[in-house]
Amino acid sequence: MIQNIKYQISNTKITNQNSKILNFGLSFCILIFGFWNSCFAQPISSTELINNAKQYDGKIVIYEGEVIGDIMKRGGFAWMNVNDGQNAIGIWVNASLVKDIVYTGSYKALGDRVEVTGIFNRACSEHGGDLDIHSQVIRKTAPGRQVRERLNLGKRNLVIVLLGILCLIWILSLLKRR
Amino acid sequence: MILKPRLEDIKIIGYYLGKIILGLALTMLVPILIGFAFGEVNPALDFLISIEISLIFGLILTKLCFTEKDLNWMQGMIVVSLAWLAAMALGAIPLYLSGHYKSYLDTCFETMSGFTTTGLTLVQDLDHLSYAHNLWRHLGPFIGGQGIAIVALSFFVKGTSGAFKMYVGEAREERILPNVIHTARFIWLISITYLILGAFSLGLVGKAIGMKTVNAFFHGACVFMAGFDTAGFAPQSQNILYYHSLLFEVVTIIIIIAGALNFNFHYQLWSGNRKEMLKNIESRVFFISIMLTFFITAIGLNQLGVYPKAIVLFRKGFFQLISGHTTTGYMTVYARQFITEWGNLALVALICAMGLGGCACSTAGGIKMLRIGIAFKALKEDLKRIILPEKAIVVQKFHHIKDIFLEDKQARSALLITMAYLGLYLIGAIIGMLFGYPFLDSLFESTSASGNVGFSCGITNAGMPATLKLTYIFQMWAGRLEFMSIFTLIGFFVAAIKGK
Repeated sequence: MIQNIKYQISNTKITNQNSKILNFGLSFCILIFGFWNSCFAQPISSTELINNAKQYDGKIVIYEGEVIGDIMKRGGFAWMNVNDGQNAIGIWVNASLVKDIVYTGSYKALGDRVEVTGIFNRACSEHGGDLDIHSQVIRKTAPGRQVRERLNLGKRNLVIVLLGILCLIWILSLLKRR
Repeated sequence: MILKPRLEDIKIIGYYLGKIILGLALTMLVPILIGFAFGEVNPALDFLISIEISLIFGLILTKLCFTEKDLNWMQGMIVVSLAWLAAMALGAIPLYLSGHYKSYLDTCFETMSGFTTTGLTLVQDLDHLSYAHNLWRHLGPFIGGQGIAIVALSFFVKGTSGAFKMYVGEAREERILPNVIHTARFIWLISITYLILGAFSLGLVGKAIGMKTVNAFFHGACVFMAGFDTAGFAPQSQNILYYHSLLFEVVTIIIIIAGALNFNFHYQLWSGNRKEMLKNIESRVFFISIMLTFFITAIGLNQLGVYPKAIVLFRKGFFQLISGHTTTGYMTVYARQFITEWGNLALVALICAMGLGGCACSTAGGIKMLRIGIAFKALKEDLKRIILPEKAIVVQKFHHIKDIFLEDKQARSALLITMAYLGLYLIGAIIGMLFGYPFLDSLFESTSASGNVGFSCGITNAGMPATLKLTYIFQMWAGRLEFMSIFTLIGFFVAAIKGK
């Protein structure tokens, strides 16, 4: 009787182990196939995303570009806009992930370049229908820098020459009036 | 017999044109100050070069063509049409020097788009443009929206008779105050008061949504100028989508509606006559037209399931619709989404809204609500004439500031201009199709350019054919001046060649 019970228990253990292996295997397969279907391993351009938004809607995408303008914090999250040279796309990101961003693109700075992995939304229902990416991972691929402006001597000289011409016309008009 | 223009005509035109150029040159002081304030030396130099070139041209014209004579109708119209071309050519210089445009033609396109409050853009890498250049892009609509000649009228022109001709030449027939110069100054007073309020409100919203203080108020000023003047330029490449904020969109909608309303409404509101808005034919037609076109847009978007929720559909659909109807052109979607997602029905409704435009004597473009209202009244009158007995006297009345009896002259004028607009929309669409673009895309872009809207479905870009750029420049110019000045200019050249 006791042996029988032991056998039953061990049998149950084996069944449990089998089912665990089966579950793991199934989950793995689903994950792999699912990921294969919904994730694009190569960075996708903004033009491709915008022009084929339905195709990428709800899928995990990788998008790369320069952070531009302001990083706008909203509670525990933030909006940052990333421009890949064709268009800029809004990235909805956990505020903790943008701490490493030092430079954002403007006239006086080249923004940090980042690689964003996240879910692409054609018309995000959470954000009023915006086309955006909800970021899961952000990786800085290249640091930005300040852009030092050098005085353009050609422009400066042209200003001086034109000023001379302007003065000459002014003087001539005064002489003509007299 | 066509009379050849006299030398005196050319002198008078040259003199007043010179004055307007001098006025335009002075407006370039603003970006110079901004350039120096933000430590942008090279952009400030770009504006110094441009201001000097403009002053040289202005001085030469005023000195060589000096006259004390006032303008006649023909001269006034020609001065206005030439002034807009001169403003385009001279205003394009600082943008060209910025290095953010592929050609001088592109900068002319941008400047004409700005001055005519259109908002179609060919700028490259806008997100790295200097504050000074960006401000100039937005100051253009603020000057052009009020009227380039009005700048000169307000400060330089003494004679009221000639001033009125230039005022009319810029597609403004209504005098808010008895004196046209006082009217011009009142328009500036309204615009500057709203600029302060609007820029401050948008600046506060910008701060609240997480922007840096300087950027928030700079963007506030820029978005107000391009919004109130129904231009649709924005400081960043994503346009209004950059802000990701419902509040920002709501404030922008208020500003663009204010810009699309007749300046006479503002005067009535300021004078405490709030009932005028309810009684006026323009405001009624505007309201009905917005509701109708939005209804069709919403059906179109809903049919295709473009947006997941009704509230989202309303937010996106209404923003684009009101932006198109007021001929602003602010966008919270990407240009190509109109074609790839919106579908034909919503797109046609949007094209209709763009074509109809805002109110007369406002900064908006398009056919204008007053003309649509008059056309409908005329149609109603004709129908009554058919239905009622022959002996019945049919009189049609409408309310626009005061009660007015509809005359054939008004109806004819309204229908003529409407026909001219429709013709312009169609010609642009045909030219677009000649370059291989689909009909709906071409019509969309052509209506946007002619109606001074600024929406793009992707045709407008630096790589489009130069002929198409020139076509859109002409459409923006003709649409803003409402044809008469341009017809007069063409007539002037014909007379110069064929006249005796």
